[in-house]
Amino acid sequence: MSAEQGQRQIRCLVAKVGLDGHDRGAHVIARALRDAGFEVIYSGLHRSPDEVVQAAVQEDVDVLGISILSGAHNTLVPKIMDGLAEYGAREDTLVLVGGIIPDDDEERLREAGVAEIFGPGASMDEMIDYIRANAPERR
Amino acid sequence: MTSGDSENPSESTDDLDPLIADLLDGRHRALARTITKIENRSPGYRDLVSQLHAHTGDADVIGITGSPGAGKSTLVDKLAATYREAGLTVGVIAIDPASPFTGGAVLGDRIRMASNVGDMDVFFRSMSARGTLGGLSTATTDAVKALDAFGKDKVIVETVGAGQNEVDIVRTADTVVVLVPPGSGDDVQMLKAGILEIADLFVVNKADLDGADRTVSELREMLQLRDGEVEAGGHHGFAETTVDVGGGTGPEGGGVGSDGAAEGADAEGVEPWDPPIVETVADRGEGIDDLIAAMDDHRAYLVESGQLEAKARTRYADEIRTLLREDARELLAEEIEARGGLDERVDAVLRRETDPYTVAEAVLEPLADCVAGRRESRE
Repeated sequence: MSAEQGQRQIRCLVAKVGLDGHDRGAHVIARALRDAGFEVIYSGLHRSPDEVVQAAVQEDVDVLGISILSGAHNTLVPKIMDGLAEYGAREDTLVLVGGIIPDDDEERLREAGVAEIFGPGASMDEMIDYIRANAPERR
Repeated sequence: MTSGDSENPSESTDDLDPLIADLLDGRHRALARTITKIENRSPGYRDLVSQLHAHTGDADVIGITGSPGAGKSTLVDKLAATYREAGLTVGVIAIDPASPFTGGAVLGDRIRMASNVGDMDVFFRSMSARGTLGGLSTATTDAVKALDAFGKDKVIVETVGAGQNEVDIVRTADTVVVLVPPGSGDDVQMLKAGILEIADLFVVNKADLDGADRTVSELREMLQLRDGEVEAGGHHGFAETTVDVGGGTGPEGGGVGSDGAAEGADAEGVEPWDPPIVETVADRGEGIDDLIAAMDDHRAYLVESGQLEAKARTRYADEIRTLLREDARELLAEEIEARGGLDERVDAVLRRETDPYTVAEAVLEPLADCVAGRRESRE
């Protein structure tokens, strides 16, 4: 028998959806996650929810981080969650949202299945620790 | 473990792993998860791969390599789109480098797959060149099997484009395409030793740039030079010689027709493949049809010459050897562990009481005895 240790690596998709054209923050986060030893896939700008879902499913990411500054989170994020559900990927994907989210909307996003929301004040270490602690156990 | 020769893997189709059953059923999530397990070498991944094997062998596997910035991702994107227009399904594996310090990686090629977003029938998967020490090629080969078994018509493997890893792609792909950016005369010189030999096809991408014509003519010159210098050399010589090592003599390999054209892999009379040079401007989609036509030609050549089968033989022989090496290594690691590790022996070596060769022999001796004993009892 082979006592294989395996080499599990946390995979993250950093996604930009919608018309929001600012991705400096997403680049910074992608790099910080990389330096934390994660495998990061960056979606590029102006993705539709379908495209984000396609990437999340094909890449089989543990973590989907959606960066939104445009204010369209209430329409875009639920679409992504539905798409994940369609492929059976909602259960074991940790979905995070980063960006400018009014307090009132946070509750709605959590109800939609978002695990955590990181606003402008959040530190990178906080985010990395959160991912390490909460990245879903895969079957 | 001790129950004689159990070389026949699970024959029944009923006891398929549910994940594999889902994959064969066309579930994307199952395909994605299978590749993850392969990458992570999760417990049981070998069983998964061996269950896949019976369902593989139908996909054309294409390897695409070339220096960073040559336009590989853009070309792959356009190839995939063109295949999709022709009604074919496509799987892509894109390999990106990983940090040797943290193991982290940014896998960025997906961004350039713009023509195919929203089309699940292009299954694009990013892979990091994790351990790189042999691990990459095993994981890639196994991931290709998953895409093949899933039913993809074309599987494209796009490599890092930064070194000797590229040569490994030959072991996975039927057709190897090497991208050469214009004005890279010196680079081409540099690539001579490895990349030039593995190419079945050259693509001078960004052919609209200055210097493209010169690059094409330099390449052509170099190919002619090579043909003149070493007869039957390069790639094809490589394939033929290794086949002999791997599978013994196999005249049944090419026995398609009784005369001339299809004499098989070991026939001396097979016309060697002359790698064509195709010019493309990938971001505008120019030359993609020419490239596909050239790849189809190569495919046809492989089939007619019997090389396709010869390559498969080589590939499986290599794969078996790699697995054996891995397993033997693990067996040894267990044995060393069971003997309390190497520390004491290393101390003894440092004190000049013994030497590494003697230690290695001593550790291996019981294993060697055991193997020899078994072999005798079989004979």
